[in-house]
This record gives sequence, C-alpha cells and structure tokens, in this order.
Amino acid sequence: MSLLANTGVLLGKELKTEFRSRELLTTTIIFVIIVLVLFSFTFDPLSDEARRFGSGLLWLAFLFAASLMLQPCFLREQTNDTLSALRLSVSDPFAIFLAKLAANTLFLMVMELLLLPVFAVMYSVTVLGVLPWLVLVFFLGSLGVSIAGTALSSISAQARMRELLLPLLLLPMLTPILIASTEVTAALLDRSPYVLWKGIGFLVAFDIVFLTALWLFGEYLLEE
Amino acid sequence: MWKRAIFAAIVVSLMGAAAYASFFVAPTERTMGTLQRIFYFHAAAAWAGMTAFSVTFVANLLYVWRRQPRWDSLGVSSAEVGLAFITTVLITGPIWAKPAWGIYWTWDARLTSTFVLWLLYICYLLLRTLIEEPDRRALLSALFGIFSFLDVPLVFGAIRWFRTQHPAPVIMGDPNAGLNPVMKATFFFSVLAMHVLMVFLIMERNRLEKLRFEVDVIRHELEVA
Repeated sequence: MSLLANTGVLLGKELKTEFRSRELLTTTIIFVIIVLVLFSFTFDPLSDEARRFGSGLLWLAFLFAASLMLQPCFLREQTNDTLSALRLSVSDPFAIFLAKLAANTLFLMVMELLLLPVFAVMYSVTVLGVLPWLVLVFFLGSLGVSIAGTALSSISAQARMRELLLPLLLLPMLTPILIASTEVTAALLDRSPYVLWKGIGFLVAFDIVFLTALWLFGEYLLEE
Repeated sequence: MWKRAIFAAIVVSLMGAAAYASFFVAPTERTMGTLQRIFYFHAAAAWAGMTAFSVTFVANLLYVWRRQPRWDSLGVSSAEVGLAFITTVLITGPIWAKPAWGIYWTWDARLTSTFVLWLLYICYLLLRTLIEEPDRRALLSALFGIFSFLDVPLVFGAIRWFRTQHPAPVIMGDPNAGLNPVMKATFFFSVLAMHVLMVFLIMERNRLEKLRFEVDVIRHELEVA
C-alpha cells in the first residue's frame, strides 16, 4: 500500500516539524486556557449551570483553538514552495491530506487531553469515571474538525486575508460537530449516557462523509 | 432582447397573480387569520432558494469535472439568487413568528439550519472576492460549495436529533396535513411563480457574469497589447 507508506513518511515529517518547535501546541493550549478563564467571568462556574454549559464552552474553545491551529497547515508549505515538492513526491495527493489531518488530529487530541484536567478542576466536574468515553468523543470530534479543517485550510491558504478567512469558512461548517460533541460530552459529565451512541454514531457519520469528500476532491484542492 | 422582455413580462404577471391569489383567493385561515397569508411567500421563497442552491451544487460539480467557465458563472449566479431568496425567508419568518409563536426566533432545526446554510453561502461569495486568479477562484469556490452543500443535511440532522426541545412548527410541519384545497393550489402556484422568478434572476445574473467575463478578457488583451 503505497498510500499508507507515503502517508506514514509525511506524517513523520509533520510531527518532526511541530515537535521541533512545539509552537502550535503551546500557543493553542495557552489560548484555550485564556478562553476558559474568560468564560468563567460570564457566569458562576461552580453553579449547576456550569455543568450544563461546561461541555459547550469546552468544545467552543476547542473549535476556536482548532481554527487557529489549522492555519499554518498549508501556509507553512508556501514559504519555500515545499507543497510542489510534496505533490511531486507522492503518487496520490490524498496522502498529503491524510498525513496532515492525522497530524492535526493528534495535535488536537494532545491539546484536549492536556486541558481536560484543567477544565475539570476549574469547573468542578468529575471526569475520571468516564475518561475512556471522553477520549473516544475527543478523538471522533477532533478527527472531524481536522478533516474539514485541513481541506479548508488548503483553500484559505490560496486566498487573500487567509488568516481571517479560515475561521469564517471552517466554523459554520463545524456546526454539526459542535452540536454532537457537546451533547455527548454533556451527557457523559451528567452521567446519563442515553444519547451517547446516537452522538457517537453521528460523529462517525460526519467523519465518513467529509473524509469521502476529501478523498474524492482532495487532488483538485492542490492543483497549481 | 425580445425574449428577455417577454420572459420578464411572464415573471411579473405570474408574481402578480400569485400575490392576488394569496391575498384574495385563498381563504382566511381559522386560527391565525390574515397572518397565515405570508406563508405563500415565505415557504415558496424557501423552496425556490433551496432549488437555487441545488443548482449551485450541480454547477459546482460540473465545474470541477468539466472546467468550463460557464459552470462557474452559473454557480455564482444561482448562489447569489438563492441567497436573496433565503434572506427573504429569514426576514418573513420572524415577521410571521412574532404574532404566531410570540417570539421572533427559535432555535429549531429548520430555522437554525437555514441560517447556517445562509452563512455558508455568504462565505462562498466572500471566498470568491478574495481570490484574484479566475481559474483558481472558480475551482476553489466550487470545492467549497460542494463541501457546504454536503454539510447542510448534517447540520439539519444534528439539530433535529440533539436539540429536541423546539416548539413543533405546526404550520410548516407538513404542508399537506389537512390543507384546504384552495390554499394548497395557491401555495403551489406561489411556488411555481417563485421558481420562474428564480430562473429569470439566475439567467439575468448569469448574463451579467458573462458580460463581466468578456470585459475582463478585453481588458486583459488591451493590457497585453
């Protein structure tokens, strides 16, 4: 499978670039902490309300952070025109997308898992009992965000005002992810897992739809 | 020229007849009275807007496949016209909702997904203004249009399944649920009129886009010369 082999190599390159500087992770983690602190001033974070709003806030913060984090994904390739080199080196351009979206999913997961304890302490929610489920929701949600985000960041990188454009293109498109992840997370933190499967099924469906679209149309996104 | 004038006359008379029918022919609804008549514009515009966006989707797919500028031109024309119709829907909806439901806006699946749809197509047009090169603009905006169109059913499904506390939209719930035959006829006549108007607007807008394209080509030739 040359697609998987190519993806593996490219993923290694993405990870190496990021972990050399850890710029993306540090900035987005600090950004999310700031957002969580600022949110806490808009209502009483230790009341029962907080339990209802908490998961929504958390996901909103994640989405905003993702719209920042996905920014350099293709922009970074432009400075030295490395994208042309990438395109020449792989047989299937889908491998470029797969590697980038896998790396982005991983970065988002790292960021989310590092911030989960901070959130739990600040908003006084217990997460330990449902941790495996939360990890699954974080994974499916982040995967969806990364699939749509990687595709759209390759579009925004080719336009003017690119820094401003990506959140505009991405955030409305992520509405389904926000709704489903928030509901599942809220149900988990509330210990009423009745919407759980529906939500997880929905996230899987979103991921499949967008991954298929990216697979079908990805090569056109990278055309010269 | 004559063709366009005749088409315009047809559109005006159809819209006039639809307006007449919805004000004077259709019977007054029992519980909501005259207020219900806005439905003939509101829902008909929604249907026409959705059709226009479907045209955009097909044009986007055709552009990616065939790479002919006319599909790009059709895509932007139908997106703009669809946006105009959906804007009408988003304005007439609250006008009806305030007296009927007591609130201007509720976060129900249909309303919210229409609003997200509206936002996505605003972004589609915005994206087009931010890419200079015509071929790249056409391709990238077509791809964004395709992704947006795929997103809409997901938005609707997500709100439907997870935000279930919405007040049931009685009137919009099912247009055929025991609807008076005259009302039904008026409604479908309005839908027809709106669709003819939509086709007319798309054709006019498309013509404009073609002229603009020709001007660009001529200007480019002059600059080169």
